[in-house]
Amino acid sequence: MAELLLQANNVAKHFGGVKALRDVSLSIRQGEIYGLIGPNGAGKTTFFNCLTGLYIPDGGGFVFNGKPLLADAPHQAAERGIARTFQNIRLFANMTALENVMVGRHVRTNAGVLGAMLQSKATRAEEAAIRQRAMDLLHYVRIESRADDLAKNLSYGDQRRLEIARALATEPKLLCLDEPAAGMNHTETEELRELIDGIRQDGTTILLIEHDVKLVMGLCDRVAVLDYGALVIEDVPAVVQKDQRVIEAYLGA
Amino acid sequence: MDIFFQQIINGLVQGSIYALVALGYTMVYGIMGLINFAHGEVVMIGTLVTITVAGSLIKAGMPVILAGMAGLTASVLVCMALGWGLERIAYRPLRNAPRLTPLITAIGMSIVLQNVAMIIWGRNYLTFPPLLPKVAFEFGGVNFTLVQVIIVVVSALTMGGLLFLVYRTKLGMAMRATAQNPAVASLMGVNINRVIAAAFIIGSALGALAGIMVGSYYEIAHYQMGFMLGLKAFTAAVLGGIGNLAGAMLGGVLLGLIEALGAGYIGDLTGGFLGSHYQDIFAFIVLIVVLMFKPSGLFGEKTGDRA
Repeated sequence: MAELLLQANNVAKHFGGVKALRDVSLSIRQGEIYGLIGPNGAGKTTFFNCLTGLYIPDGGGFVFNGKPLLADAPHQAAERGIARTFQNIRLFANMTALENVMVGRHVRTNAGVLGAMLQSKATRAEEAAIRQRAMDLLHYVRIESRADDLAKNLSYGDQRRLEIARALATEPKLLCLDEPAAGMNHTETEELRELIDGIRQDGTTILLIEHDVKLVMGLCDRVAVLDYGALVIEDVPAVVQKDQRVIEAYLGA
Repeated sequence: MDIFFQQIINGLVQGSIYALVALGYTMVYGIMGLINFAHGEVVMIGTLVTITVAGSLIKAGMPVILAGMAGLTASVLVCMALGWGLERIAYRPLRNAPRLTPLITAIGMSIVLQNVAMIIWGRNYLTFPPLLPKVAFEFGGVNFTLVQVIIVVVSALTMGGLLFLVYRTKLGMAMRATAQNPAVASLMGVNINRVIAAAFIIGSALGALAGIMVGSYYEIAHYQMGFMLGLKAFTAAVLGGIGNLAGAMLGGVLLGLIEALGAGYIGDLTGGFLGSHYQDIFAFIVLIVVLMFKPSGLFGEKTGDRA
């Protein structure tokens, strides 16, 4: 069995009286595509926010790559190798596509303020490398022709791709995608499927929140179902699909 | 017509100083939405530190040029430390507080710094040591001095450097990303605390530079000098569109020109009823007009753009 990359242990999060996450425990293996599904309001995005440090869990915690994840600040989660995209696209709208990706290279480069001021040789070499790597990533998600356009002027599908490229720029071990297919048509979804599969082939583990059940079942190695903030089941798609509790959660008991 | 060109020169010089100070306001506002009302006091401390360091070194017999360099270095370093300290002690604990809280704190810090400066440097006007030779030029009936030329040139170079920093370097990119969306920037690995500290430190260094210019230009300094200068630079930032770097630069120069021309002609316009010592009213007329008719300023974006 493959090694564990992420373990969530009894993660809990409350908002006032609402229990958004109730002691959720699950584990993601190295190199798999792991689906997280559930009806609206089941706590999927809350789980993402806890994992990436935007929220501090009220109980439980995460072990990532063998060490506890101390999520004091989101940039530390990024340093450890967790990157994400957003359900509602959140790009740096007034920066170019290329710059958006270059921001993501931050955690993996060293040049400091002083180097930037003095424009040392090392700094300039690093800047050039960042730019090149960012171009490569734009090419990877097939929007390199839009590199110099402002992010806000990209089409919806291209913006989704740009978010993925920006997340990949941090060289994540775990890439968390929050409903990447939302609002996409059939062709776009199919292209996205290929892209996600390709990213996994290149060695990045993927955690996928998605409403498109067909996409999830076809793409994921394992799937977890959340309902009312609690984990219902965690198993391979074939088993999850036939589970009576899952059918009830989606259709209403 | 000579008065016109003379006032253009004077306005450019004063405007360059406003622009440098306005950049400090606008950088901090752009990144964290805070109006750092203590920024004028940072400029004041920059001037007073230069007086102490350069003045005492000159008295000790050091050549003026070296003493000036020492004063400049000391002043920039002290102001950078001060800007960093302000953010760390006064504003960072209030990062998630309602917007009014850090604003009131900023006004409080401004009062604290004025009083600290009064204790250290006293209540009297201090003479700024002459760091540059008094050379005057005349060109087509317009007079200007070496100090004025240096102020405009150094301001322009500094602003060019800042634009380079913000648009061409990694730190600048992190600053722009943070300004647009701090939460997402931090998820991409940008250390928000470091970016905000950098904005304060760089803004304060520009403030120190402006402080030395003010000192060299007017040759006197006082612990309350930062108040009016800060208000006018803030006006310049609002005029250009607060949060926008190019806006602060243009707003500063424009405000300097409006003031200078206003002061030059106010006597003629009011039939001698008001004199040039009323020049301060122009800055505030500009502030009121901008806030009434175009609150987003010349280059400002609609406020909806900030999440």
